[in-house]
Amino acid sequence: MTATRSEYCVIACAEAWRDAGEILASPMGLIPSIGARLARLTFSPDLLLTDGEALLVRPDGTPEGWLPYRRHLALVTGGRRHVMMGASQIDRYGNQNISCIGDWARPKRQLLGVRGAPVNTLNNPTSYWVPRHSRRVFVEKVDLVCGVGYDHAAGARFHRIPRVVSDLGVFDFDTPDRSMRLASLHPGVTVEQVREATGFEPAVPDEVPYTREPTARELELIREVLDPSCARAREVAS
Amino acid sequence: MSDKTMTADEVVSRLRSGMTLGIGGWGSRRKPMALVRALLRSDVTDLTIVSYGGPDVGMLAAAGRIRKLVAPFVTLDSIPLEPHYRAAREAGAFALMEIDEAMFMWGLRAAAHRLPFLPVRAGIGSDVMRVNPGLRTVTSPYEDRETFVAMPALALDAALVHLNRADRLGNGQYLGPDPYFDDLFCEAADAAYVSCERIVDTAELTKEAPPQSLLVQRHTVTGVVEAPGGAHFTSCAPDYGRDEAGQREYASTPWPEFAARYLGGGLYDRDPE
Repeated sequence: MTATRSEYCVIACAEAWRDAGEILASPMGLIPSIGARLARLTFSPDLLLTDGEALLVRPDGTPEGWLPYRRHLALVTGGRRHVMMGASQIDRYGNQNISCIGDWARPKRQLLGVRGAPVNTLNNPTSYWVPRHSRRVFVEKVDLVCGVGYDHAAGARFHRIPRVVSDLGVFDFDTPDRSMRLASLHPGVTVEQVREATGFEPAVPDEVPYTREPTARELELIREVLDPSCARAREVAS
Repeated sequence: MSDKTMTADEVVSRLRSGMTLGIGGWGSRRKPMALVRALLRSDVTDLTIVSYGGPDVGMLAAAGRIRKLVAPFVTLDSIPLEPHYRAAREAGAFALMEIDEAMFMWGLRAAAHRLPFLPVRAGIGSDVMRVNPGLRTVTSPYEDRETFVAMPALALDAALVHLNRADRLGNGQYLGPDPYFDDLFCEAADAAYVSCERIVDTAELTKEAPPQSLLVQRHTVTGVVEAPGGAHFTSCAPDYGRDEAGQREYASTPWPEFAARYLGGGLYDRDPE
């Protein structure tokens, strides 16, 4: 069985929660959600998941806990959570923007607002998911810092950005100056493609590995259990 | 024991232009829309609105009633970007205090506890500090010496919330999975107004629901309004879900047209004109 691009993306997202232990996986977006449930069903069985509303649920939907917004926000500050947020813009140090494009005082495009990005990034590991890697998203400088990047974090105690997953590859900040590095390419993607679609020069190691192959069991879970209607292909085309 | 029942228009008659108004719910969930519609029928304006924003903010923004907004986001949930809010922001229509979701919660808590601020580990390093130059920090007086944002109290002149049930005295009950922050809004306000799907006898409240569903206590409530469908088109679980078609219509209709169609005592409004 050959995996599709969207399935490599699911694997790359799921890997964010490997060895995470008994913490809440908070995926935002469809592919991160499939990834979190895949991790829970396979290599990270202790993960907690929500129903997207106020309940903690098992993968089959059975409630196992109560997590309304007030407790969710409290859980964030306790740190037992790894969130994967979206990003309308993200820069080389991992600063993320979901609030607005242009000048904040009178934006060219009003987006969601800062939401929980400031509290997330100072309290629990925060990764990002970008379904369409482009120079509009991967920018030299974000218009408004919502999620705090490494250059703004000033060594904050609990600040960590484990990874950025896009439809082209996986990125981390494992460099001396904590700038973004290409950690793996999804099979079929070239370094040139990544450079072309990125508005800054990411660090690129001499040898770039490919995102790992899904196992047969993982592919079966993705295709038959977690996303039988193949909604993932609408988020990331093959 | 005082009977606090009143109509939505009586609630609005107690509000004044220039007030700071907290609105309960979250996004497009359990918003006190009957009260917001009554507000829109009045001439009360120049408001500071404090809200986890949804169509409440969108409508008041479209109608030009907002002088300043305090919010971490404005969204219709199933429609991520609130079109009327968006248009108003892009036109620079009002001042904005844009803060994080947790900062917002701690600001309400500070007000409820009559504290000037509460320390929060959020905001530092982000542009929330740049766009809110009035925000101050506080350094731990203990050994760690960590610096936090001193989130100022979000004290409210009035709060508007919508619940599933209430009695005539102002004891309010939620029956859905999430209380949101409606009790905090009431505690943070000088006067709180609770609309509900149904007013019932006090004894009725705990007949089939556990006592912890009694979210809002009467000592924090000034007025109670029976407003069936009072959250429409937002959700009010378990009484009803979001009316997605109604929401789509709101999102795709120019505001003056929508207002003309629904504000004159729309489908779900029972208040006399």
